[in-house]
Amino acid sequence: MKSALASETWRRLRANPAAFTALVVLAALLGMALIGPWISPYRAEALDWSQVAANPGAGHWFGTDRLGRDLFVRTLEGARVSMTVGLIAGSVSFSVGLCYGAVAGYIGGRTDEVMMRLVEILGGLPLIFFVIFLTVVFGRNELVLFVSIGAVGWLTMARIVRGQTLSIRRQEFIEAAVASGAGTARIIFRHVVPNVLGLVIVYATLTVPQIMLFESFLSFLGLGIQEPRASLGTLIAEGVGEMEAAPWMLLAPGVFLTLLLMSLNVFGDGLRDALDPKEHR
Amino acid sequence: MSRASESAAVLATEALHVAFLRSGRTIAAVREVSLAVGSGECVGIVGESGAGKTQLFMATMGLLPKNARVSGSVRFEDREILGLSRDALNRVRGAKLAMIFQDPMVSLAPHLSIGVQLAEVLVCHRDASWRDAERAALGILERVGLSEPKRRLRQYPHELSGGMRQRVMIGMSLLCEPLLLIADEPTSALDVTVQAQIIDLLRSLRGESGMAIALISHDLGVVAGLADRIVVMYAGRIVESAPAGGLLRHARHPYSALLVRCIPDVHRARLGPMPYIPGQTPGPDEVEIGCAFAPRCPHATDRCRAERPRLEDLGGEVHVACHYPL
Amino acid sequence: MSSSLLEVRNLAVHFGTVAALEDVSFELGSGETLGLVGESGSGKSTLARAILRLIPATRGSITWRGVELLTCDAASLRRQRRDLQIVFQDPLASLDPRMPVGETLAEPLEIFEPELGAPERLGRIKHMLERVGLGAAAIDRYPHELSGGQCQRIAIARAMMLRPRLLICDEPVSSLDVSIQGQIVNLLLDLQHEFGTAMLFISHNLAIVRHLAHRVMVIYLGRLVEVASCERLFSAPRHPYTRALLAALPDPTGRARGAGLTRGELPRGAAVPSGCAFRDRCPYAQELCARTIPRLEPVGAAQAIACHRRGELVYS
Repeated sequence: MKSALASETWRRLRANPAAFTALVVLAALLGMALIGPWISPYRAEALDWSQVAANPGAGHWFGTDRLGRDLFVRTLEGARVSMTVGLIAGSVSFSVGLCYGAVAGYIGGRTDEVMMRLVEILGGLPLIFFVIFLTVVFGRNELVLFVSIGAVGWLTMARIVRGQTLSIRRQEFIEAAVASGAGTARIIFRHVVPNVLGLVIVYATLTVPQIMLFESFLSFLGLGIQEPRASLGTLIAEGVGEMEAAPWMLLAPGVFLTLLLMSLNVFGDGLRDALDPKEHR
Repeated sequence: MSRASESAAVLATEALHVAFLRSGRTIAAVREVSLAVGSGECVGIVGESGAGKTQLFMATMGLLPKNARVSGSVRFEDREILGLSRDALNRVRGAKLAMIFQDPMVSLAPHLSIGVQLAEVLVCHRDASWRDAERAALGILERVGLSEPKRRLRQYPHELSGGMRQRVMIGMSLLCEPLLLIADEPTSALDVTVQAQIIDLLRSLRGESGMAIALISHDLGVVAGLADRIVVMYAGRIVESAPAGGLLRHARHPYSALLVRCIPDVHRARLGPMPYIPGQTPGPDEVEIGCAFAPRCPHATDRCRAERPRLEDLGGEVHVACHYPL
Repeated sequence: MSSSLLEVRNLAVHFGTVAALEDVSFELGSGETLGLVGESGSGKSTLARAILRLIPATRGSITWRGVELLTCDAASLRRQRRDLQIVFQDPLASLDPRMPVGETLAEPLEIFEPELGAPERLGRIKHMLERVGLGAAAIDRYPHELSGGQCQRIAIARAMMLRPRLLICDEPVSSLDVSIQGQIVNLLLDLQHEFGTAMLFISHNLAIVRHLAHRVMVIYLGRLVEVASCERLFSAPRHPYTRALLAALPDPTGRARGAGLTRGELPRGAAVPSGCAFRDRCPYAQELCARTIPRLEPVGAAQAIACHRRGELVYS
């Protein structure tokens, strides 16, 4: 994206109160997740038997869990893991989906049919069974988590990009590029992709929360992140068990995850409005 | 613009000013335009894209977007309509004041048949029954010279050619027998050969019903075939207003004169350069200093660049905004 | 003829059952401007796109400087594109909205002259921008920031960047204001004069074609009905459709000169009459016209028409 387009987008984002607030919240959450553990005197795995299931207080800001681990640090650690999974898996599915969809949409014909058939087959897989199957075969491994997310994360992106490509393909500037002698690769990557990028970036910001939720779900079921590492999902799973006795164990990761997902969604909406060149105020 | 016809004016604007708020800045599109369309009169409004012609009439129809700022006065049948509530305006719009646009494909709903769209107008505005409305629709299609009118009623907009669609639009606007029809570039999307047919149609319809027409175009040739009076706009202002025949024979404003030269004429054309106007219209956010046309005017002087000429009455119903009228 | 750049023989383009082009044959010589005139739906744009293989042809042959374009391989076709350029009707739509002007203009150079260094490329781009009447400041602008006329100049600059031998202009001024049309037409005339480019100029506007063309072809429902030198076509047209077309044009006061094409409109879609496609709107139609499709045959030096009554019909 060229700087003129980027600065105009940024100006519009700033002018949109909801989106800007969401961005600020996101930055704050990210900031906390990154530096939080450094400002707390406690370490994530440190067990403190004297402070089991303690209420939030001066010492432990979010309280502690059943094993005496400081929840503040645990929550932020979990947030980091969830965000990492979301970001990495999100980027992978974004890139793969983008290329796959653009190529299928532009080339069309048999190639498109075959490519989309693959997408449909993968899309029809009952995901949980797939994950369980992988877990049985490869054991409870974080790699299984990445593979299963990776296998399906890019599918909807590919479909969306393909749809956009189909409508762009007929436009005159693509014809003009063909007439100028541009080869297929150049047309796809220099003309099609930048013109679908707007929609795709927005969709990507919506995919990341979906992925994080999926990971949280898997971890909640015990299929994802393993002890002693934590993700927001595992923390929530633990918290659910202690809901009545120690509600803060659920509240801390729960609220964090909710805020994260909400702000990503709102920001995604704002980004779509900001990127649309035809939108006037 | 002539005082004599003001009492019989169907539509009269007074110092109409239209501006848009964009990115915190105010951009003027129409500047101090005072224009009158008399009963049964055809006024042609000519100017290049960006002259403000369309915005002028969108303001009278109340069709401007939310970020528009309008001041001045618009009187329809001697009643102020600027700032009217939506309901009050709706009663005026559609019933006595109709507008057709450049691309009928965009104005006609793609998913409804022609017959339904036409009948709908009468059902909504005249409280007619669907049967009566359909009969009237058939009648109007015949009146606008559409071939096979019965068949057309059942067809959809995309099945018709551009010229046919425009006839449908004209028919639709006539259903409520308006006092004034505003036609915004009705022929610009059509072939040159179909243009003449549409203009002929408007001429005969006007003869039959005595309705007034405001014809907007960037092509003086299109307007010349129909208008009694021509108003030339540039950068949001009126630069000349004169009876049609007079303007074509002897335009007083340099811009009008150049526009006259640009009228395409196949019989005058020869292998070689085409007449044109150099440069381009000022952008919407350019500040007005002196005469807006000065940068492109072959006769511009320092006075023109410093002092904006006012619209003056030269007699014979001719008004020109120029320090050195031709 | 050895100096003909482009030879089209019996070209047909069908979309399903609809014949957009049928039996089209003509030649175009080096440096010549050939006008193609017809109403909307006559197949003019289809011809432009078929020549450039932007759409597939159903039948026929297109020979460009000895190379058969319809059957050559993709790489060979791309090499030929250097000399075969096009300017489209909608200037804004033909420019990539996400690319600044400088990048759009750089593209032909990047494709065909990759060995050029960035500074040289920039120099060529600036030179071309000046040549089409725009300043170097346009390099960083986006298409939506420019007017229709300016966008068309960019499109022309892009097309002329590599000095093509043939420039196809598909209604290049139809979406511009009348006052700007002349600017663009004169620019094309200028460039042609400087670079000796041949032009295929497609338009529904006969007045404009008269300013530009050496020879003119008239097309009706996918078939050529008259081909003549510009002078002859406008002074003594011999095909009833051409005559009706000229009569239907408004005179300077906007009135149509003659009865012209008042009978019906161009048939839509697949409803083409049998025999001569124009016969149901032709004042001179006879029985033969419904049975056989007339062929394009000469009626004198520099003129050919497709009409069964070519020998008989004499116009005042």
